[in-house]
Amino acid sequence: MSLIELANIERSFRLGDSVVHALASLDLSIKAGEYVAVMGPSGSGKSTLLNLLGLLDRPNAGRYRLEGHDVTTLSSDQLAQVRSERIGFVFQSFHLVPRLTAAENIALPMTLAGIAPKERQARVAQALKDFGLDQRADHRPDQLSGGQRQRVAIARATIMRPALLLADEPTGNLDRHTGEEVINLLEGLNAQGVTLVIVTHDQALGARARRRLLMEDGRLQHDSAAAPDSPPISHAPG
Amino acid sequence: MRLADTLRFARDAALGYPLRTTLSVLAMSIGVAAVVVLTALGDGARRYVVGQFSSIGTNLVIVLPGRTGTGGFNPANVVTTTPRDLTIADAAALRRASAIRRVAPLAVGTSEISYGGRLREIMVAGSTAEFLPMRNFELVQGRGLPDGDWNSAGAVAVIGAVVRDELFGTEPAVGKLIRVGDRRLRVIGVLKPSGQGLGMNTDELVIVPVALAQAMFNTNTLFRILIEARSREAIPLARQQATEIIRQRHHGEEDVTVITQDAILATFDKLLGTLTLGVAGIAAISLAVAGILVMNVMLVAVTQRTGEIGLLKALGAPARTIRLVFLTEAAMLSSFGAVVGYLLGQLGALALRLAFPVFPAYPPDWAVIAGLSTALGTGLLFGVMPARRAARLDPVQALMKH
Ligand SMILES: Nc1ncnc2c1ncn2[C@@H]1O[C@H](COP(=O)(O)OP(=O)(O)O)[C@@H](O)[C@H]1O
Ligand SMILES: [Mg+2]
Repeated sequence: MSLIELANIERSFRLGDSVVHALASLDLSIKAGEYVAVMGPSGSGKSTLLNLLGLLDRPNAGRYRLEGHDVTTLSSDQLAQVRSERIGFVFQSFHLVPRLTAAENIALPMTLAGIAPKERQARVAQALKDFGLDQRADHRPDQLSGGQRQRVAIARATIMRPALLLADEPTGNLDRHTGEEVINLLEGLNAQGVTLVIVTHDQALGARARRRLLMEDGRLQHDSAAAPDSPPISHAPG
Repeated sequence: MRLADTLRFARDAALGYPLRTTLSVLAMSIGVAAVVVLTALGDGARRYVVGQFSSIGTNLVIVLPGRTGTGGFNPANVVTTTPRDLTIADAAALRRASAIRRVAPLAVGTSEISYGGRLREIMVAGSTAEFLPMRNFELVQGRGLPDGDWNSAGAVAVIGAVVRDELFGTEPAVGKLIRVGDRRLRVIGVLKPSGQGLGMNTDELVIVPVALAQAMFNTNTLFRILIEARSREAIPLARQQATEIIRQRHHGEEDVTVITQDAILATFDKLLGTLTLGVAGIAAISLAVAGILVMNVMLVAVTQRTGEIGLLKALGAPARTIRLVFLTEAAMLSSFGAVVGYLLGQLGALALRLAFPVFPAYPPDWAVIAGLSTALGTGLLFGVMPARRAARLDPVQALMKH
């Protein structure tokens, strides 16, 4: 069974008189444990797709099944609970809470979920070790390098052991070397079974994914899983 | 989210923005401090006046000329002029009433007093021997007015402490001759300094026999008749008997007003109690203003932290949690402000008491409780709107603001 099943998804935005079709008649199925890169020019609907997958946004039409359940009919609090338990986000701009330490930022999803402090501490300690941040536990975001910040963000995204990890241009604010480290980390998590969907501009990084999606004008232009031998990614613009 | 975590999160958020936190705490504390200090002032005034009235004497009943409508006490009537005279004979007649222990007639006027070339304006009170004990006036030197015939105008005077100081300096005063108006009087006693009393400042008073005062002011009427009832319980009866006796003496006409100390006390108590309430109401307006400020501060917080709210939502926080976090922060700002304001207010009241030791400037309990709960209430009330706004934000839009 697929982890994610999108059928005929539409998502449009009204901008004054005109309507922007950010996503149009989109069908997509992603199996548990996959590693998917979403690529395409700016404005092609990548972020909109990722927000939809992450239940931050709702489609105007179409059906979204997550782990077999139709999630388009859930209330916003039910969606919040699914996000809390099943989905982790990594953002281009890290989105760390500036007044909280690295350890507190990592613990935040557990704090919000009401997990007991003891359990939180144990899990955060383990995560700090796993992500090479044990020396940085008490540092605030402004005392951390970009790479360290993104590692904190990834630790936070995985602390609730989600089934699905969504990363929107996670290396966009990092230099090449640090970006590669972050991708290595994410790929390591994928190797442990987490389904990974990364939006990226970077051809080289995108090429590392086992499955590549190419978006254009809100449509799925190419899916490497559907045509595994064709090499359209290298022709793609941007 | 657990309660302890919610509290910590709200606290850290408040501490993360020191300027706006300080501002709202300050506004709230000024509001609460205003309530505490102003009600301390108002209630202090009430206690002071009540205390002063109680110290005029015990179980006093006062007869004044002229009729007031209800027999209730109206401060304006105290200074109205006499339609029908009260005389020394009226006062003397009251002595035979069973509920009355003693009586002192009182005639007053202003005059000039001089000694050794020093001259000043003073208030002259004409009365009898029992005036001093009835009014709780104490002597530091000499003796009081002579007992005996109320109609004999002995040329003697008991003087207040300030009069003594100004006329005699460090010289002994008792036994000296002074001039009051066109009379030469011998000083027979000096009153103990009393500080500012109510109505009559005894320190600047000269007390002479009532007949002498009437002669000096060329009148045979009295300003008041003071009556002391036999006991607290006897006050109503004393009042009734006094009214009846005067009525008989005035040919059946009830042309005097008889008031009791209790009635005066109750009136002032009510008057100043209302004043305190009004002052508390005015101070409460500043609390409402502080509440609005807290609301604006929280609205700014929601705008400033839109990205963070988006993040919390992405991390799975339900609307309820977001509301609670912001409401808790608003409640923290206002309760901390309330506590600081309470302490500031108490400090202010203490400063008042130190500066004016006779003035019992204690904030009443009801005002403190009302002030604190209004502060908390407005803080919460005005915190609701920003909290709901935060909870309603669209997560995608919110995340884009960073
Ligand atoms: N909230 C929005 N309001 C209006 N238009 C939007 C909104 N979000 C996205 N869009 C439009 O939808 C299209 C896809 O946007 P997006 O998914 O962010 O593209 P990408 O991430 O691929 O650059 C763009 O044309 C963008 O302008
Ligand atoms: Mg994008």
